Amino acid sequence: MDKEKDMNKVLDEVTSGEYKYGFYTDIEMDTAPKGLTDDTIRFISAKKKEPEWMLEYRLKAFKHWLKLKEPEWAHVKYPKIDYQDIIYYAAPKKKKQLESLDEVDPDLLDTFNKLGISLDEQKMLAGVAVDAVIDSVSVKTTFQDTLSKHGIIFCSISEAIQEHPDLVKQYLGTVVPHTDNYFAALNAAVFSDGSFCYIPKGVRCPIELSTYFRINAANTGQFERTLLVADDDSYVSYLEGCTAPQRDENQLHAAVVEIIALDRAEVKYSTVQNWYPGDKNGKGGIYNFVTKRGACRGNSSKISWTQVETGSAVTWKYPSCVLMGDNSIGEFYSVAVTNNHQQADTGTKMIHIGKNTKSTIISKGISAGFSNNSYRGLVRISKKAENARNFSQCDSLLLGNKCGAHTFPYINTANNSAIVEHEATTSKISEDQLFYCQQRGIDMEKAIGLIVNGYAKEVLNKLPMEFAVEAQKLLAITLEGSVG
Amino acid sequence: MLLNIKDLHVSINGKEILKGLNLGVNEGEIHAIMGPNGTGKSTLAAAITGREGYEITQGTIEYKGKNITELEPDERANLGIFLSFQYPVEIPGVSMTNFIRTAVNSQREFRGEEPLTASAFLKKLEEKKQLVEIHSKLTKRSVNEGFSGGEKKKNEIFQMAMLEPNLAILDETDSGLDIDALKVVAKGVNALRSSDNGFVVITHYQRLLDYIVPDFVHVIYDGRIVKSGGKGLAHELEEKGYDWIKEQFDN
Repeated sequence: MDKEKDMNKVLDEVTSGEYKYGFYTDIEMDTAPKGLTDDTIRFISAKKKEPEWMLEYRLKAFKHWLKLKEPEWAHVKYPKIDYQDIIYYAAPKKKKQLESLDEVDPDLLDTFNKLGISLDEQKMLAGVAVDAVIDSVSVKTTFQDTLSKHGIIFCSISEAIQEHPDLVKQYLGTVVPHTDNYFAALNAAVFSDGSFCYIPKGVRCPIELSTYFRINAANTGQFERTLLVADDDSYVSYLEGCTAPQRDENQLHAAVVEIIALDRAEVKYSTVQNWYPGDKNGKGGIYNFVTKRGACRGNSSKISWTQVETGSAVTWKYPSCVLMGDNSIGEFYSVAVTNNHQQADTGTKMIHIGKNTKSTIISKGISAGFSNNSYRGLVRISKKAENARNFSQCDSLLLGNKCGAHTFPYINTANNSAIVEHEATTSKISEDQLFYCQQRGIDMEKAIGLIVNGYAKEVLNKLPMEFAVEAQKLLAITLEGSVG
Repeated sequence: MLLNIKDLHVSINGKEILKGLNLGVNEGEIHAIMGPNGTGKSTLAAAITGREGYEITQGTIEYKGKNITELEPDERANLGIFLSFQYPVEIPGVSMTNFIRTAVNSQREFRGEEPLTASAFLKKLEEKKQLVEIHSKLTKRSVNEGFSGGEKKKNEIFQMAMLEPNLAILDETDSGLDIDALKVVAKGVNALRSSDNGFVVITHYQRLLDYIVPDFVHVIYDGRIVKSGGKGLAHELEEKGYDWIKEQFDN
């Protein structure tokens, strides 16, 4: 029917929106030779002047990785990755130790300015501290002084390994061990930078902490590692953003994020993922293979994941919570948008171990173009988890008729007192809704933006204010050209 | 002439519903369209507003002297054509305030005007809410979600009041309304009534026309207007029903 043709035309237009962050900055780089061997790992570790224990940890992980096979169970398809054809370390050359912003390469500052991230504390969004990571290294962490007054440590993981080795040793790899999965093992072997954060007992972090990841160099992989520890009775809200240049080749991003929440601590972790998704025909784009997991080790602790996933060619990502402490709470709020030829297999795992543990999963998938969008989630109630509660809601919205939405929920209960609820819906954007908007003078593209944002509102509302606005715009841009 | 429909033929999925309909509405006039169910009243509203799936096979619809049959629904709306829906649509997660603000500003943009400032918009919102007596809370809720039947219809008139169209088509806005809600709807329409604006009021019952007094009454039967007259015709229909029209026409 004509309507459908029109709808597809609009969808086409909406989904072929330009990627705004596809530029590349020409900076002098310090890189490792291509390929992955023991020597590569020694090279990275030496570059970072790491202590012996860290190198050993990496080598052990590498040895384990060699025994593993790349997972194939996800509902995604991509050509085999040649792990010997990747550069594992690429860092902007720095002339000397950075003491102040004046010493940061102006090209780098400019890069972050273009991305809307000012590293100048005077000009920054009030109330957000940023750790800026480009390719393999952190270039600048802002507001460190302000934070240290509260005893909060917020720095790059490389710095933490040097300055706070005991904390790193105590927690690194305890939530996501190097044996966890293929990409986690790879990350443990070659991770180059990322953020570290420690909130001491009883401290409410007064500002939002944020890490901004930027892939810049060609043929490199980005393997960042984030470790976040919230001690008893502390609170922190953490944001993460990411972009990459537009390239015809695929690039691998395999990160690991570990969160530890001790007694009554609360951690909110929000992500706006906007890696380059590839072009309209599915050429190029980032492979986003990420392991994120939080452990609610303390009683009455809480970890909340919020993610808005709009970028990447292929996404494989399941931010999870291990609810060990009694009365601990895990939450997962997700909006995943796929367009053109993007593929996403994302969801969460909620592992209930403590008594009276609670988890909530709200997942909103939006597929357009020829994309495939899967929700994959596991709710496991272990034997000792008396009175565990879970509520899951997985909704899928389809724009057009060439895309796919899939739901793979797994529920595994070993305790009879558990109450697990699962709701799922799949819907298409309705012609009635579109006509209603249009009849009020709202054009098709704006109408789709409006309807999609409404659909995702429950999740967008969970984002910190500064990010919520950005995320809304991002949803509209991602779907630009997706309706006709 | 505000609206001039000539020899309009409209098909849905190849089935002809309107079979040569003629209708002229001048600025300042209210036309009532009456007729039995399934004779093409709502099809007429859909054809004027450009709804997908309603294929115009013959004839023209002129609005302010311009043929609009090729225009998109939003373009027609931006030119000042408003439809009060028989079945208003729900849009989850989109607040009524956000929705109507987007609509108002889209129409302003179309006319080359700056968007309304937040304070000007809120002032207008309050004013129009009072006019159609809708609850403050209603505009904070998602578009039509969880609204009662009466609230939905009042909300249509509220949107009309916000958008201030030149041509408003009310598609069975009175159906399912109690007498109080009916009066509110009429109040909204009468407030917009001016020498520049025209109305097409589609209704099955004469009741609404006690409050919105039409200049002309037309009866649709089998895809055409078969009888036209003054407001007296509506009373006649109320008394005698539609059977005599059917008989007259079928013979």
